[in-house]
Amino acid sequence: MEYEAVIGLEVHVELKTASKAFCSCSTAFGAPPNTQVCPVCLGLPGVLPVINRQMVEFGIKTALALNCSIAPICKFDRKNYYYPDLPKNYQISQYDLPLARDGYLEIEVDGVKKRVGIIRVHMEEDAGKLIHGEEPGADYSLVDYNRAGVPLLEIVSAPDLRSPDEARAYMEKLKAILEYLEVSDCKMQEGSLRCDANVSVRPKGSTVFGTKTEVKNLNSFRALHRALSYEIERQISLLERGERIIQETRAWDEQRQVTYSLRSKEEAHDYRYFPEPDLVPLAIGEEWIERVRSTLPELPDARRERLIKDYGLPEYDARVITGSKALADYFEKAVSLFPDPKQVSNWLMGDFMRLLNAKGLEPQEAPVPPENLAELLKLQQEGTISIRIAKEVLEEMFATGRGAREIVEAKGLTQITDVAQLTAIVEKVLAAHPKVVEDYRKGKEKALGFLVGQVMKETRGKANPNLVNQLLKERL
Amino acid sequence: MELFYLSAHEAARLLQNKEISAVELTREILKRIEQVEDKVKAFVTLTPEKALEQAKAVDEARARGENLGPLAGVPMALKDNLCTEGIRTTCSSKMLENWIPPYDAFVVRKLREAGAILVGKCNMDEFAMGSSTENSRFFPTRNPWDLDRVPGGSSGGSAAAVAAGEAFFALGSDTGGSIRQPASFCGVVGLKPTYGRVSRYGLVAFASSLDQIGPLTRDVTDCALVLQAIAGHDPLDSTSADLPVPDYLAALRQDIKGLKIGVPKEYFGPGMDREVVSVVRQAIDRLSDLGAFCEETSLPHTEYALPAYYLVAPAEASSNLARYDGVAYGFRLPGKDVVDMYMKTRREGFGAEVKRRIMLGTYALSAGYYDAYYLKALKVRTLIRRDFDQAFEKYDVLVTPTSPTVAFRLGERVGDPLAMYMSDLCTIPVNMAGLPAISIPCGFAQGLPVGLQIIAKPFAEEILFRVAYTFEQATGNFRRWPEI
Amino acid sequence: MPLSREEVEHVALLARLYLSEEEKEAYTKQLNAILEYMEKLNALNTEGVEPTAHVLPLRNVFREDVVKPGLPREKALKGAPATREGQFEVPRVV
Repeated sequence: MEYEAVIGLEVHVELKTASKAFCSCSTAFGAPPNTQVCPVCLGLPGVLPVINRQMVEFGIKTALALNCSIAPICKFDRKNYYYPDLPKNYQISQYDLPLARDGYLEIEVDGVKKRVGIIRVHMEEDAGKLIHGEEPGADYSLVDYNRAGVPLLEIVSAPDLRSPDEARAYMEKLKAILEYLEVSDCKMQEGSLRCDANVSVRPKGSTVFGTKTEVKNLNSFRALHRALSYEIERQISLLERGERIIQETRAWDEQRQVTYSLRSKEEAHDYRYFPEPDLVPLAIGEEWIERVRSTLPELPDARRERLIKDYGLPEYDARVITGSKALADYFEKAVSLFPDPKQVSNWLMGDFMRLLNAKGLEPQEAPVPPENLAELLKLQQEGTISIRIAKEVLEEMFATGRGAREIVEAKGLTQITDVAQLTAIVEKVLAAHPKVVEDYRKGKEKALGFLVGQVMKETRGKANPNLVNQLLKERL
Repeated sequence: MELFYLSAHEAARLLQNKEISAVELTREILKRIEQVEDKVKAFVTLTPEKALEQAKAVDEARARGENLGPLAGVPMALKDNLCTEGIRTTCSSKMLENWIPPYDAFVVRKLREAGAILVGKCNMDEFAMGSSTENSRFFPTRNPWDLDRVPGGSSGGSAAAVAAGEAFFALGSDTGGSIRQPASFCGVVGLKPTYGRVSRYGLVAFASSLDQIGPLTRDVTDCALVLQAIAGHDPLDSTSADLPVPDYLAALRQDIKGLKIGVPKEYFGPGMDREVVSVVRQAIDRLSDLGAFCEETSLPHTEYALPAYYLVAPAEASSNLARYDGVAYGFRLPGKDVVDMYMKTRREGFGAEVKRRIMLGTYALSAGYYDAYYLKALKVRTLIRRDFDQAFEKYDVLVTPTSPTVAFRLGERVGDPLAMYMSDLCTIPVNMAGLPAISIPCGFAQGLPVGLQIIAKPFAEEILFRVAYTFEQATGNFRRWPEI
Repeated sequence: MPLSREEVEHVALLARLYLSEEEKEAYTKQLNAILEYMEKLNALNTEGVEPTAHVLPLRNVFREDVVKPGLPREKALKGAPATREGQFEVPRVV
């Protein structure tokens, strides 16, 4: 039988407000444990939460970008459960009246466009971080509450996704939108963008849902894709063996590349939601919504179309470049200084991204600002350096952060275009390799390449290749 | 009269006129505490050194000619669920027996700024759950009028301290009557302000939508003075009202001529002690004599307030008290894993009544019961509010007994939770509707104080003060103090 | 009896409370007495009545997104039953 997967994603994104959701502690990442805490986010007796306006504003912005309707009245609720990373043993969240509902975003997989529903967007607070003792026999865990109280948006998709590819495309698109909105750092490795998936399978063509499992701990696009592929396979093979799928929560094990059941001894979930009595409801009026709407930036789809139209980029290039706001910003800045869009795009999608990924950096963190890339491309265009040298220089620029011209000059990498100087080297090479010269004259075309290579070696790559070719041919 | 039985405003006048120093006054109170505290047991923690230090600072400031507030140099006490930086705040619970807050409650900061001098933290029912202060995990407090009787609760320590001359005034908290009922039992004035009038920041939460901090004082003038000092908007409490604070002292007028006073009949029916009812009726006659127009009225949903309250309050409490788990502060019993640690810690850390309410509240919120219990109670709450709204279209204030009985004997209601809960019959509806209400002494039954409760519409504390003050001035004889 | 002993045990687990046999017995009895008293509410028709979660008609109470210093770490950890390496220590969470 042929099966199809039914996937819905629950995405948690940390909002990049300066202070936490309900207190004034910093949200900065990476501080020493428990140094960004106060009585409120530690849940000390007697404290009260106060809503961060910016969190709500970021929430509205995101909801609008995801084509949602903002609720005229929403409220916060308490979600009650015990866990040591949760200082109050309840999480301030939103239950029956979330910030926004009923939106969508569009994805494209293998050239097919698809609209994926967004069921709801709600605000909540993050929990702290648990670290487990690592030495053998360690019987303790440690809690750091720096992250406790950082504002989160939970974005719940409809079960509209049918494959790991679609799920990945959805996540990539959502991440791009969030970046364009500048509401989150979206760093999956730092946990500021997290994803849980609800997965089930059913015979293709069926309209009823199968039993679903929830897979947690999907902390990269790759993990998402692999975990979904694994889980779908697992469910199908269970069904094919005539076994039942158990509705449960599972986690992705990155090491073993499997999902495993999180059998907890905890009782069935009963979160006992009720309205948070310490916070009053929100009435988000049209005025506020329209004001936020007017600040919405150009989103990935619109920008992609614009790059195609204004710069004549191929669809593929435009999609890759606009997949990251920072990359698109970089592109446009570079093109403004070096107006050959296709050249810039080629460099960005090629060596630039390779070097960036090798360093694990985001485009905005690149040690090579767009000005420097433009300078490099200019040097190459005007013939000061060859493409090969340009590639080397770019690596040097990534390594040292220095400018292109500076490196070229310091290392004497300027292309040799002086005919007399090159002629002398060409003749030296010809004299040193009489056998090869002979081969060539007998019709062995390849021998020319060897000779060019020798000239390049002599000049440490600085010779103008066209000129070398020309000079060699004249003499042969 | 003994210095320690002066009212706060009388003491303040002596201080302002430099007839006595803050240090002398504080010594006087500390001496009184030494004399009677063994019998009354009003305090969980005494802070004599800090008090004298603070008193000295006030005297120095006064000597420098600084402009000091009306409470500067006046010794006072705080219920032990109000967070005090550097002074343990126990909620009379084993859970917080050694917990020292790193911050001051809003009201504590306000009183410190006003120059009031903290002499100690008062005993209470554990986490404010109770009506007799017998639920303290440390010891019960005694009623200064009869040491075999309870002072009421949960702010029993605060009421007893004021009645016994151990502090000129105290703060309590009131979730279902916890200021007014002990005020009534101990023959002092107790005010529950409108929900939102006083910031709850730093009040250890019991039931957040009902809790409110208020004064327990020797007379109505003191009550107005203290409310003046602690009322006002606090950006750290989202439920605190951003409204100007009126001049409460200006509201102390001896004039209630033509005021319309409603007397809801439901507060005089079954379950009410006959003698108490009779004393309260006499007080109402007195109000008529003073020129008010008193008339019987009805708040038809009154009988539903108590059951609705005992769903709403425990539900919120079950969540508010979830944080006591032995992880970041407070008591911990080690366990073989985290869940085991939680369960052991909470079994030992909480007393029977707290656990009973956590159980009740957890059940009321749990899957399948939310609509039948919690949501139903919130709807009933709406009906109770509407009763009051309608009554206040017609009346300026409502008057009732504060408690169905006078102070009962220690042990009398322990083990019968429902009987204990009935003690708050007259005060609970006020919390459910978020209204202000004051309890003032209005006479004696069986030689024990009886309280008159006056209720007004939201943020109308001024009219409470006006009625209470007029009554008090006309019947000064109820301001007696017990022999201890 | 609306509340069975098993339910009492379940509720105690939800609330993270160990109960002794005597407590289970007593709470089952007492909670049932209280819940029976609550039954009174069912006599009341509340159809179409809005629930009151807040008594004040407040809306949109916010703070601005400004960072203020919190507690120094030693103060944050001071009341903790067990700490290690600047963190709160708990039995291992598997």
